[in-house]
Amino acid sequence: MVKSGDAVLRGQLIGEAQGPISANVHSPVNGEVAGVYSIRLLSGALAEVVEIAPHAEQDWDSFVRIDAAEDVSETLRMGGIVGLGGAAFPSSVKLHSSHGKPIHTVIVNGCECEPYLTCDDRVMREWPERVVAGARILGAATGAKRVVIALENDKPEACEALLRHSRPDVEIVVLQARYPQGAEKQLIYSIIGEEVPHGRLPASVGVLVHNVGTAAAITDAVQLRKPLVERVVTVTGHVGEPANFLALIGTPISHLLAEAGGFTAEVSRIIAGGPMTGTAVANLDLPVVKGTSGLVALTNADLPPAVHADQPCIRCSRCVTACPMRLQPYAIGIHANRSDWEGIQRFVPLSCIECGCCETVCPTRRPLIQLIRRAKQVLMSKGVEA
Amino acid sequence: MRADPGSRTWRLASSPHVADTVSCSRIMLIVLAALLPVTVWAVVNMGMLAVGLLIACVVSAVGSEALWNWIARKPHTIMDGSALLTGLLLALTLPPRTPLWIAVVGGIVSICLGKMIFGGLGWNLFNPALVGKAFVAISWTGVLSEQVVPGGWYRGIDVSAPTGHDAITGATRLAIAAADKAAAGAYGFDTTQHYVPLLFRNLEGSLGEISAALLILGGFVLIATRIIDWRIPAGYIGTAAVLSWTFGADPVFHVLAGGLLLGAFFMATDYVTSPMTKIGRFLFGCGCGLINIVARLYGPGPEATTWAILFMNGLVPLIDRLTAPRVFGWRKRNG
Ligand code: SF4
Ligand code: SF4
Repeated sequence: MVKSGDAVLRGQLIGEAQGPISANVHSPVNGEVAGVYSIRLLSGALAEVVEIAPHAEQDWDSFVRIDAAEDVSETLRMGGIVGLGGAAFPSSVKLHSSHGKPIHTVIVNGCECEPYLTCDDRVMREWPERVVAGARILGAATGAKRVVIALENDKPEACEALLRHSRPDVEIVVLQARYPQGAEKQLIYSIIGEEVPHGRLPASVGVLVHNVGTAAAITDAVQLRKPLVERVVTVTGHVGEPANFLALIGTPISHLLAEAGGFTAEVSRIIAGGPMTGTAVANLDLPVVKGTSGLVALTNADLPPAVHADQPCIRCSRCVTACPMRLQPYAIGIHANRSDWEGIQRFVPLSCIECGCCETVCPTRRPLIQLIRRAKQVLMSKGVEA
Repeated sequence: MRADPGSRTWRLASSPHVADTVSCSRIMLIVLAALLPVTVWAVVNMGMLAVGLLIACVVSAVGSEALWNWIARKPHTIMDGSALLTGLLLALTLPPRTPLWIAVVGGIVSICLGKMIFGGLGWNLFNPALVGKAFVAISWTGVLSEQVVPGGWYRGIDVSAPTGHDAITGATRLAIAAADKAAAGAYGFDTTQHYVPLLFRNLEGSLGEISAALLILGGFVLIATRIIDWRIPAGYIGTAAVLSWTFGADPVFHVLAGGLLLGAFFMATDYVTSPMTKIGRFLFGCGCGLINIVARLYGPGPEATTWAILFMNGLVPLIDRLTAPRVFGWRKRNG
């Protein structure tokens, strides 16, 4: 859409959604396109990126507005709004996926998706009115009878802030702080007491879940016609001043780390996202993307000993107790290790949400997540139903 | 824009990037620590007899694992501590005057037939120490239950004398209790008089039977540190007590006497050979208690605990299957 040398404005569309599950991208700054090329992003996916040299002077309050639209879903599509919890699923698609099935409950998820991260907490404390407004917009768009903002009991300030700005049609529900409370299926169970059937979307039980950051972005898109050009990113671990930043999409990771005071120890791994499910960063020049909820700088001392597939399973059952999906990770691991793709099926590996709980408690450091991912890949390629 | 934490290469790995602190060797250490009081107390009271047995069992167990791995060209595993634990547990099930060569055979059988032949740690169906114990018990029945010392290696050290009780062994005493119970509905002796010696200083059974109190202490340490699941000993001891009471026997005596407590806290709770689900573990414990008491009162007698746990070990795959959890979002059990 743009080429080297083009002048771009903050909010200007620079990348258009292609395919059903993708989203528009807008320039976060006023500047000049320095190059358009392909790189591997944090996720490992090869993508075309637009490098922009920002102007020295920026007007953060102005931006190119997205076109006015009747439909909320269309507004979100144009604004490039995606889930900011980490999965970066396009919000308009999520809204559509519920069509046909009546949605009775909208849950705005303020349960931090990972330990170490505090970006959701910060969003609720700084922008409670935008979170509440976003929740109500989603409620109105889906016709839901119940609109819930859920957060954990370790965030009293966020709770107070929300209560101050809440409306009678929005419920604030405080849940037990316990990973993975923020995982969609666990959250829905906590709120409506119903399990999302395996292989189905939350809409199948009449629920739509959005992250608090997404709710705030939805408010901006609908009320101000502002596209998604920035997000809150937690930068923590061994950095000078761990903090939450309102970071422009596309900011180099190295820049955010430097803003947080740089490293204070011999950091050996940087994680994009949280420590349970995040990705190790290979290159600090990579940009923050819409799904980057946090950057965590860890030293060797923080990191667990390496996992090893030759380690025996001593059947201690810790992984079974830890699994929020009530799976038997050890059994999936053993069958995956010997490539027994028939025998593995009764342990339904496709129900795994890859939360990481099982592997973190394994005393012999078996690579459970890698084995489970492998099993999922093989079963999906064989067309086994989730 | 390319600020400070500049270019360098990073070590990558897949998530999760954090872990709990409980490692395999730490678990082994806590179990060993929990067994330490009873082991030390056995050594204090039985002297060189106990020391010899402990060394014979541990060295033969660890040695045969090292040798097996060496011959099979497998990586060494003795540092995981499990062979050491197996040797220690085996020693605790043997009466003090067991000839050392029998103990050594027990240690070798425990590791080779009890564990390595299945593929090593994690793959064995039966508790290795009990496999060794069962082998020894079948092969040299008289030696274990009657405390005869072939060759008289340790003659002259009368370990049963200091108690001041009759010279029968703990195991034999249980046999008398069972036989009398079956025959006349009453004991040949007053079981309540044996509570105190069984709890604190009992020289008439195996090394591990020296003190029920110390076994209970060790068991509670394991439960408190969450190393073992309380459901196994609770099911085991609970069932044993209720059942012996139902049969008109003295429940306290039956829980304290013989190998039951060592079995309930330290043998039946072995991770590898016990069920993976909570309900499964409770049922497994109950099954052990049931078989143990029935075998004691109406069966062959002395090795009731060994047979009870080994039998239930064999049922673990079935228990796991029947108690498999219903995975989130599914209607039926999965597994
Ligand atoms: S990652 Fe492990 S604990 Fe989490 S859902 Fe999957 S199997 Fe269960
Ligand atoms: S936590 Fe590890 S050792 Fe324990 S049962 Fe699970 S896979 Fe096996």
